[in-house]
Amino acid sequence: MLAVRDLACARSGVPVLERVNFEVSSGEVLILRGPNGVGKTTLLRTLAGLQSALAGEIDLPEGESAYASHADGVKAALTVTENLMFWAKVYQRPFDPAVLHAFDLTELADRAAGTLSAGQKRRLGLARLGVIGRRVLFLDEPTVSLDGFSVRMFADWLRNTHLATGGCAVIATHIDLGLDAPELDLTPFKAAWDATGGSDEAFL
Amino acid sequence: MIALLRRDLQLAVRAGGGFGLGLAFFLIVIVLVPFGVGPEQAVLARIAPGILWVAALLSALLSLDRIFALDSEDGSLALLATAPIPLEGVAVVKAAAHWITSGLPLVLAAPVLGAMLSLPPPAYGTLLLSLLVGTPALSMIGTFGAALTVGLRRGGLLLSLLVLPLYVPTLIFGAEAVRRAADGLPATAPLILTAAISAGTFALMPFAAAAGLRVNLR
Repeated sequence: MLAVRDLACARSGVPVLERVNFEVSSGEVLILRGPNGVGKTTLLRTLAGLQSALAGEIDLPEGESAYASHADGVKAALTVTENLMFWAKVYQRPFDPAVLHAFDLTELADRAAGTLSAGQKRRLGLARLGVIGRRVLFLDEPTVSLDGFSVRMFADWLRNTHLATGGCAVIATHIDLGLDAPELDLTPFKAAWDATGGSDEAFL
Repeated sequence: MIALLRRDLQLAVRAGGGFGLGLAFFLIVIVLVPFGVGPEQAVLARIAPGILWVAALLSALLSLDRIFALDSEDGSLALLATAPIPLEGVAVVKAAAHWITSGLPLVLAAPVLGAMLSLPPPAYGTLLLSLLVGTPALSMIGTFGAALTVGLRRGGLLLSLLVLPLYVPTLIFGAEAVRRAADGLPATAPLILTAAISAGTFALMPFAAAAGLRVNLR
C-alpha cells in the first residue's frame, strides 16, 4: 500500500536521511526507531507531504493518508465532541460516536478540551484518526503523555479497528506498543555530510 | 471549508477578543481624534474620511497575527495542510473569518463614529459602502502577511511592516470615495476601484498565502 524507494529528506535544507527503502502493505504497521534527531519526524513529514523529498519516490494511494504530529491540534475552546465533529466535516465523513468509546472519551464528550489533562488531550488527538477514516497513518510519537492503560487502548484500536479494516501505519515511537510489527532503525540511513550538496537553499 | 469557517467563528466568539477588540480599538481611536485636533467642526469634517479609514486599517491590523499563529501553535495548521482542503481554500476561509469578526463590526459602527467626527450626513451611505467593499481586501492582504510570518517569534511587528504598505491603494480609494461624498461629488469611481482591489486580492492573494504557508510548514 505504501512503498518508499531511495528516499532522501532534509530538515531546514540539511539532508538528514538518504536511501530509505521500505514497504508497508495493508494491515501492517512499521515502527520507526532511532535516537533523537536522526530524522524520524522529518521522514514522517515528508511522507505526509508537508515537505518535499530531496530524492526518491513515495508511492501511496492518493487521498488516503493522514498525519498526526507531536501536537494534537485540539482547540481548547471547543468541546471534545465539537473538536471531533470538526475533523469529521473537514474530511467529509459521518461522525460515529463509537469512536468516543474506543478512546475512552465518552464521559468527557461535553467537556471543553481546554480543561482536559495532557493525556486526555492526547487521546482526543488520537481519536481524530478514528474519525477521519484514512487508511495510511503517519504517527509521530502517538503515545506521548499516555498512561499504560491508554497505550494499550490505542494499540487495541490500531489492531482491531484500523489494521483489521485494511489500514496501515508508520509510527515513530520509543516505547513498545505491544504490536507485533517490524521495526526500522533509521540510524544506518543517516545522510553523509556533504559540503557541496543541499546547502543552496540558504542562498535562494 | 464551511466547517472551518464555522469553527473559526465559534472560536472567536468563545475565546473572546475576536469581535470586541478591533471594534473597541476603532472606537477609541475615533474618540481620541477630537481631543487631539480640537473640537472645531469644519476641521473634523475635513479629516473625518481619512481618520475613519486609517483607524479601520489599524484595527484590522490588530488581530492579524492571530489568524494563523493559534493554529500553528497547537499543531492544527499542519493537520489542516494534510487535510483534503487546499491551503488556498484555508487562506480564503481564514480571511473571511477575520473579516466577519473584525471588518464587519467596523462597517456597522462606522456611521455612528462618523457622526462623532461631524462627517456630513450625505457621506454616511458612502462611508458604509466604501468600508463594506474595502475591508475584505484588508483581511485578505493581512492573511497573506500572516501566512508569511506564521513561523516567526514576535512576527507581529514584521507583519505590520509588510502589510501596511500593501494597504495603501485601498486606503487611497476608500478615503477618496468618502471625501467626494462629503463634498457632494459623485463617488462611484473610487468605490468601484476599492471593490476592484478587494476582488483582485481575493483572486490572487490566496495563492500567495498558501505558498507562504507551505514554505513555513516545511
